[in-house]
Amino acid sequence: MFLTDAPLDPRALVARVMRASDGAYVLFEGVVRNHHHGKAVTSIFYDAYRPMAEKELARIVRDVETEFPETAVAVQHRLGQLDVGESSIAIVAASPHRAEAFAACRALIDRIKETVPIWKKERGPDGEEWVGWQGRS
Amino acid sequence: MKVRLLFFAVLRDIAGADTRDLVLAEGTTARDVWQSLRDEHPLLHDYLQPPMTAINESYAAPDSVLRDGDELAFIPPVAGG
Repeated sequence: MFLTDAPLDPRALVARVMRASDGAYVLFEGVVRNHHHGKAVTSIFYDAYRPMAEKELARIVRDVETEFPETAVAVQHRLGQLDVGESSIAIVAASPHRAEAFAACRALIDRIKETVPIWKKERGPDGEEWVGWQGRS
Repeated sequence: MKVRLLFFAVLRDIAGADTRDLVLAEGTTARDVWQSLRDEHPLLHDYLQPPMTAINESYAAPDSVLRDGDELAFIPPVAGG
């Protein structure tokens, strides 16, 4: 399972991925920040089409591990209400060499942002807004 | 035929529901369903084209013809990470 409603556990993710042959791992965490496009943000609500998001994440992990055959990756995405400073996503890429670990980690986060059906509603003193949607809800 | 329409994120807020069971004529496409949502909800009037479309948990072309038992979802711009 890639999705969770609980706080993320990046150390457990690292432990799950690392092999004795790995010389490096890259750990990326996406964190809720207190601003977006000049507006204050106090929390973010993450929503997902869960079964489809699980499938898309599995597909992306498979693709990246195929492109970087020596690299093992893992990802966890948190859903629900997150406050500023909390991590929404954790990605680990472990490899015998650091260059592949950095590249695989970057590829994962970039692709996840493109196609995985996960959405966020930013909440702040000015109200709330689904990110990426132009209209008003 | 029967199709289950799922609403997520902004579309759930607009529709005021998580799901809706539709009874559709044979040959109805995902795009047709989007057009009927636009007719129903003024907030969607400006969105002539459907967002990304998913049928049975996979991305599909908006002109895909729906089949009995399909699960249809329109995917607003994603924002994971």
